[in-house]
Amino acid sequence: MFRFLVLRLTQSLVVLLVMSFVIYGLIGLMPGDPIDLMISANPDLTPADAARLKAIHGVDRPLLERYVAWLGAALEGDLGFSRLHARPVLEVLLPRLGNTLILLGIAFLLTLAIALPIGTIAAVKRGGAIDYAINFAAFAGISTPPFWLALLLIMLFSVSLGWLPAGGMATIGIDTLADRAAYLVLPVITLTLASVGGYTRYTRAAMGEALAQDYVRTAWAKGAGLPRIVVHHALRNALIPIVTIIALDFGTLFSGALITETMFSYLGMGKLIYDSVMGNDFNLALVGLLLATFVVLIANLLADLAYTLLDPRITFAAREAGR
Amino acid sequence: MLKRLGIMLIAALLLAAGPARAAKDELVIGITQFPSTFHPIIDSMLAKSYILAMTRRAVTIYDANWELICLLCTELPTLANGRAVIEDLGDGKTGIALTVTLHPDATWGDGTPVTSADMVFTWTVGRHPQSGVSSNEAYRRILSIDVVDDKTFTLHVDRVTFDYNSLGFDLLPAHIERDRFADPLEYKNRTAYDTDTTNPGLYFGPYRIVETVPGAHVVLVPNPTWYGDPPHFKRIVVRVIENTAALEANLLSGAIDYVAGELGLSLDQALAFEARHGDRFDIVYKAGLVFEHIDLNLDNPALANVEVRRALLHGIDRAAISTQLFAGKQPVAKTNVSPLDWVYTDDVPDYPYDPDRAGALLDAAGWTPGPDGIRVNAAGAPLRLELMTTAGNRVRELVEQVIQGQLRKIGVDIRIRNQPARVFFGQTVTQRKYSAMAMFAWISAPESVPLTTLKSDQIPTPENNFSGQNYTGYASPEMDRLIGAIEVELDRETRRGLWHELQRLYATDLPVLPLYFRANAYILPKWLKGIVPTGHQYPTTNWVETWTSE
Repeated sequence: MFRFLVLRLTQSLVVLLVMSFVIYGLIGLMPGDPIDLMISANPDLTPADAARLKAIHGVDRPLLERYVAWLGAALEGDLGFSRLHARPVLEVLLPRLGNTLILLGIAFLLTLAIALPIGTIAAVKRGGAIDYAINFAAFAGISTPPFWLALLLIMLFSVSLGWLPAGGMATIGIDTLADRAAYLVLPVITLTLASVGGYTRYTRAAMGEALAQDYVRTAWAKGAGLPRIVVHHALRNALIPIVTIIALDFGTLFSGALITETMFSYLGMGKLIYDSVMGNDFNLALVGLLLATFVVLIANLLADLAYTLLDPRITFAAREAGR
Repeated sequence: MLKRLGIMLIAALLLAAGPARAAKDELVIGITQFPSTFHPIIDSMLAKSYILAMTRRAVTIYDANWELICLLCTELPTLANGRAVIEDLGDGKTGIALTVTLHPDATWGDGTPVTSADMVFTWTVGRHPQSGVSSNEAYRRILSIDVVDDKTFTLHVDRVTFDYNSLGFDLLPAHIERDRFADPLEYKNRTAYDTDTTNPGLYFGPYRIVETVPGAHVVLVPNPTWYGDPPHFKRIVVRVIENTAALEANLLSGAIDYVAGELGLSLDQALAFEARHGDRFDIVYKAGLVFEHIDLNLDNPALANVEVRRALLHGIDRAAISTQLFAGKQPVAKTNVSPLDWVYTDDVPDYPYDPDRAGALLDAAGWTPGPDGIRVNAAGAPLRLELMTTAGNRVRELVEQVIQGQLRKIGVDIRIRNQPARVFFGQTVTQRKYSAMAMFAWISAPESVPLTTLKSDQIPTPENNFSGQNYTGYASPEMDRLIGAIEVELDRETRRGLWHELQRLYATDLPVLPLYFRANAYILPKWLKGIVPTGHQYPTTNWVETWTSE
């Protein structure tokens, strides 16, 4: 297991290094630079101003030279300064990361708590009225645009009923857990409703397949009851594809939910990364995207570990051998 | 037990969410953008100007009547009052000496007086090539500063221009910022405005900043050292909600009191809001200096012909666009000069909607109707023009579609190809890569000379590294002469005449299709009084101490 972990972590570092170059290059290849954008909004800026500002911000140097300089500083622990926020990158990033983890973490757990049981029920009751009802609800959730759902929730709970705040992080001047929780309710509901349908469908499909296997038929023949068949026989096998999807989605916990964050003025990673890319804030965009990449890699590593727990036939030796 | 716990939890959440409605000695303003820096002279950004105007004052600004006035100074320097004196700089050059006295009671929030030393320090920062100040032309023009006393100084400026006494300088507190400026290249990362934003010594206006949460809100309270009329509100919160639909919902829910016109709802949203909720709010529209227009690439063979450009303008029903889409709130632009500007003239060639006249002009230019209705030239090439703007800008995209339909009627095939603002402004417009028409806006100031946008030496080319903002490629010796003459003409009436000539030439040559001047919508609660929209670049918050609640 140790050898497996070292190998995977080494692979992850190489992937991160390559990704840092690719992301830096892609952002750099986008048309224009921050100073071009500044000029386009201000007819008073002279060509001399533009040349001077490009030199100060270093955007007059070749892309590769800038990347090497960034990488050298990053290896010494200096991740740079955010141009859009006038602060060191980590000072901008870490609070946003915490906010995103809270919001998306709660929504993610809630989604799984809802989707796994109802997906299982749909699979067990396949073809029946309950299955149709669950499928209908799942497709409705998948088809509803999050921004529209968010707006509906705001209009209902904030404008019409006045029960919950329309957006933000907390009431200014009030620092209590209950206050903070009140601001989380609507974004969590939006995210949960937007993603629960997809997970329900995955669970239903995986469970449906597992329930059709020979070993399940054997369990029925041996006289096992439905709860035992579902929990002990089918679910464990059905979880393997679901864990893969969870691992891939785990990256979004760190890269944020752009639309929901924007609608609720929630200060998360999604909006931060989007703004940094569009605003040509190299350092911030790069570190934010690398963080998301890193988390996806770690999540996949955890998923690999989980496979061995869920299915004893999967071993580290086999995975190292690439089988 | 569980049920009871659940009810208690919901009750706690509802109680926590309850006190969103503000008391009337507190004002919560909603805007759509958070400043990238709070430094007064690094970067130019409306959100920053809006917030900082509550905390500090420029030496001079334009008021709501578009008159230049003193805010931090005691008297506007003029040649008539002797505070402005023309100087001989040798080699046939003339400059001007401007003597300015700062308000005697102006004091930074930490009790340190605002002095001439602050002006000298601001000049030092402003003109330094590494300080990161976005536009330092105004600082570079100052040759030296003589300090007369703590409150009086004389600026020696290297040229005499008509706007010599427009001193929009925002002073920096030398006693706080001087040490941080020791390494000019690092200054933009070390300034107290971004590392110690709540330091009271950074502000001398009616309010000072006591809390900032980047991307979310800024809290301001009255500044005890403010020397003017005491402000009414005990606390002002500026909340940033980038999505305008969410901004509207927050307003309706009472989470914010007022949506600022400077950075609030777009006009179409405001009109729809007024139709639904107009009885609950006072909605004030103010057209100003944001000039929406279509730049024409004059390298395009079809557009190089002025008769084609005139035909295009005759073919667009701008009055109908203004009436139908904007309820007439956005006046049709005849040139780049706003009707609110004192140098404006109505006596310019006009291009009302006239499809017949447009057709005749195109016929004369050699573009005759083809079999499918699209005009073709002698070689059989169709009159097909690409119209570009910023993708996602709903209003512009709507206007584009109307223009496409209207120009189709005169036989012009308009192909819409929009790009994200990042690409459109980052390369397409700035490097003149648009093939025919680019729709966007310029934000200017009262009596702003179109130096960078119309002078022939401001055309971006690969040779000059795409500097300059004359994106149409317009080159007219007469326009160059007028711009040069306006800059140095001190006599108001003579200058007005030059401006009229400029507008006539602009409307005759039509390097740009003028559309309209954008209007801002201020959504005010009925109890909020005293906000007077200016229509120019100086926001309403420059007079925040006159705002009251009823």
